Amino acid sequence: MNRKSHVSRKSRVLILLVAVLVLGGVAVGATLHAAGRAAEKDRVRSGGPAVRSGEVALDAPGVSVFQNMAWGPHRDEIASVPAGDPAGPRTSSGVRCLRFHTAGGTGVCLRAVRGGLRDTYRAVVLDARLRETHRYDLAGVPSRARVSPGGRSAAWTVFVSGDSYAGTAFSTRTSVLDLRTGHLDRTLEDYRFFLDGRPRKPVDLNLWGVTFADDTRFYATAATGGRTYLVRGDRAARTLRTVHTNVECPSLSPDGTRIAYKKRVEDASSDAPWRLYVLDLRTLRETPTAERRSVDDQAVWRDGGTLVYSLPGDYGSDLWTVPADGSGSPSVSMRAALAPAFTAR
Amino acid sequence: MYVADNRTVPDRTPDRAQDHPDTAGRRPLPGRRAVAVPGAVLALGTVSLVTDVSSEMVAAVLPLYLVAELGLSPLGFGLLDGVYNGVSALVRLVGGGLSDRGRGPKSVALAGYGLSALCKPLLLVAHGMPLIGAVLAADRTGKGLRTAPRDAMISLACEPGARGRAFGVHRAMDTAGALLGPLVAFMILRAAAGGYDAVFTVSGCVAALGVLVLLLFVPGRTTVPTTPAPEEGRAPLRAVLRRPGVRRLTGCAVLLGLTTVSDSFLYLTLQRRLDLSEAWFPLLPLGTASAFLLLAVPLGVVADRVGRRKLFLCGHLALLAAYGLLVAPLGESAALCCLVLALHGSFYAATDGVLAAATADAVPSAVRGTGLAVVQTGQAAARFVCSIAFGAAWTVWGDRTALGAAAAGLVLSTAAGTLLLRPAPAKSPPTSHRSPSVEP
Repeated sequence: MNRKSHVSRKSRVLILLVAVLVLGGVAVGATLHAAGRAAEKDRVRSGGPAVRSGEVALDAPGVSVFQNMAWGPHRDEIASVPAGDPAGPRTSSGVRCLRFHTAGGTGVCLRAVRGGLRDTYRAVVLDARLRETHRYDLAGVPSRARVSPGGRSAAWTVFVSGDSYAGTAFSTRTSVLDLRTGHLDRTLEDYRFFLDGRPRKPVDLNLWGVTFADDTRFYATAATGGRTYLVRGDRAARTLRTVHTNVECPSLSPDGTRIAYKKRVEDASSDAPWRLYVLDLRTLRETPTAERRSVDDQAVWRDGGTLVYSLPGDYGSDLWTVPADGSGSPSVSMRAALAPAFTAR
Repeated sequence: MYVADNRTVPDRTPDRAQDHPDTAGRRPLPGRRAVAVPGAVLALGTVSLVTDVSSEMVAAVLPLYLVAELGLSPLGFGLLDGVYNGVSALVRLVGGGLSDRGRGPKSVALAGYGLSALCKPLLLVAHGMPLIGAVLAADRTGKGLRTAPRDAMISLACEPGARGRAFGVHRAMDTAGALLGPLVAFMILRAAAGGYDAVFTVSGCVAALGVLVLLLFVPGRTTVPTTPAPEEGRAPLRAVLRRPGVRRLTGCAVLLGLTTVSDSFLYLTLQRRLDLSEAWFPLLPLGTASAFLLLAVPLGVVADRVGRRKLFLCGHLALLAAYGLLVAPLGESAALCCLVLALHGSFYAATDGVLAAATADAVPSAVRGTGLAVVQTGQAAARFVCSIAFGAAWTVWGDRTALGAAAAGLVLSTAAGTLLLRPAPAKSPPTSHRSPSVEP
C-alpha cells in the first residue's frame, strides 16, 4: 500500500478529474441514447396499424376494446376496433393505462401518476364512457386487473417491494373492490385461508391474479411454501379455499366450468417456465393448449372455446389466440395490443 | 474493553484524550478536542455515499424493470432471500478475517466495492431470473465483504475518543447516498422513459467512481503494521472471541437484535395502525432515513461524551418508544406517523455507527476487522431470526399483539444488555485489555 503514497495529491486529483469526465460522458451518453429511443416510440412507425382519436365506449356492440401498444402518440391508450376486423383502423380514447380490464360496462385502469420526485400508481374505475368514477392509490407496480362479469366488483394486483433496505424482497398485494358499496378489501391476505380444507395462516402467503365468477365469488392464485394453488374465493364470507396446485393467473371461462391458466412445467427453462393450460373444474383434468411457447399473461376467453393471450412482439406485445380444448394451433389475432376485452358480443 | 468506558464517562476521566494514544499512531495533544474529521473518514464516507447512490439507483428501479420491462414474476426472489442472508453473513466474517491478515483492510474493501461495481453493467446483459439472481447475489457478496474492513479503517483512522463522531459522519454520508440514489434513477427515467439500461450504465459509472475514490484517497495502512500476538495473527476469530468484552458486546447485540422488528414490518404496522393511503407506503423508509441522516453526527458526538455502549442501549429505548406509540391507542394522526419515523431514525443514528465504535473500543487494532464482523454478523443473524419469528407471531396474533410482544422482549433484552455492558468493576484493570498497538 505504501506505493500509493508515491502518487502525489495533485496527480491523484487529476486522475479523479479525468475519470469523472470520462465516466460522466459515458453516463450522459447512455441517458441520451435511451432518451432518443424513448422518443422514437412516440413517433408513428410505418407499417403499423392506423390509429386515430375518437370516442371509445365499453358497452358498444360489435367492437373489441384493448390497450393499444402501437408506437405513436396513442401508445398505451385504451382503443377499440370492429370485432370483425381486428387488423382494421383503431379508435383511441386518450385514456392511458398500464393494466386494463373491462366487463359489464365497467372498466378498471391501473396507471402511473407523474410526480415531482417519483411516480406513483393509481387504480381508476371507469364507466362505459371511460369517465373516472373512483380512484384508489396503489402501493406498488401494477400487475393484474379484473372486473366481474356484471361490472359490480373489481380486483387488482400490484407488486410491493418492501423498503430499499430489504433488497430483493418482493410480494404481491391483491385488493378487491365492491363498486356498489365502495368497500375495498385492501389485501386478500386478510381472508381466511384453507389449504386442502384445513385453516392455515402461512407467513409467506402471496395472492394474485383474481378472475371473477360473479360479483362475490372468484378464483385466484395463492402461493405459499414454494408452491402455487388455485383458490376459490368468496368476498362475502372472506374465505379462500385451495382447489388445485400449480396454477397461476387463472381465467374463468364464460360458462364457469373451466379455468385457463399458466402452468409451471418441469422441463422448461427457468426464465420461460409457463405453458398455457386449461383445467376442467368438475373433473380437475388438465389440458395443455397447442401453444408451446411460455405464456406470462392472464388469458382472456374470447368465447366458450377460444383463448386470447399476449406474447412479446415488436411493439412490446401481440395478441394470439388458440383453441381452449388443446386442438388447432396458435395464431396472431392483433399486433401491438394488450388486455383485450370481449364483453359486448 | 473497559478502557473505552472509563474514557468516555466524563466524570471519571474528564480529560479523555490525554492518556489515550491514537490508534492511528498519532498522539493527540493533552486536552485537545478533535475538531476536524480525519481525511480518511471523509474519503470512506464519500466512497459509501457514491456507492450507495449507485446501488440504491438500481434497487429503486429493479421491481419495475423486472415486472414492466422483462415481464418476469419476481416472486422467486423472496425464497432466495434467506439463502442470500446466510451467505452474506458468512462472507462478512470472511471479509473481516481477511482484512486482519495479508494485505490489510483496504485491499479487501477494494475487492468488495469492485465486485459490486462490476455487477452493475452485468445487469445490462442478464435477462433471465436465474442470471439476475446471480448478479444480485454477487452484488451482496461484495457488500458483505467490504463492510467490516471499511469499518475497521474508519476506526483506525480516527482518535479513539472521536470514534463515535467519525462513524456518525460516515453513516450520515452513507444515508445521504441512499436517499439520493432513487432520485437520480427517477430523473434518468423521466428523461428517458423505459431507460433501464441507462440507469444501470450510470449506476456502473457511479460505482466505478466510488472504487476510484477508495483507491486514490483512502490511505492503506496508516500505522506501521503492528505485529499481532502470534495467536491473534493465526486465528483472529478465536482471539477475538476469547475477549470477554467482545463476547459481552456480541451477546448484547444479539439479544437486542432478537427483539428488533424489521423495517418492513414496522412500516406495515404503521400503515395499518394509521390507515395510511397505499401511496404513502413507499415514502415511510424516507422518513426513517432522513432522521438517521440528521441525527447520525450529533448522536455520534453524544456517544463520545456519554459512552458508546450507554448510547447504544439508549438508542433501543427510542425503538421501544416507537413500538409503544404503535401499540397504544393514540388515534390516527400524521404527527404520530412523523414521531414514529423520527424515533425509528434516531434508533438507527444511536445504534448503527455507535455499535461499530463500541466494537472498535473492545477489539485491538490487529484483529479489528474480525471483531467488527463478529458483532455485526451476530446482530444481523439475530434480526433475521426476529424477522421470521415476528412474521409468525403477526399471522397468529395480529400486528398489535405481535408488536406488544416484541416491545416486552425489547424491555427484557435492554435490561439484560444493561447488566451485560455495565461498567467494569475495579478488579478489571484497564491495561489488561489494551490493544497491543496502543501499548506504550
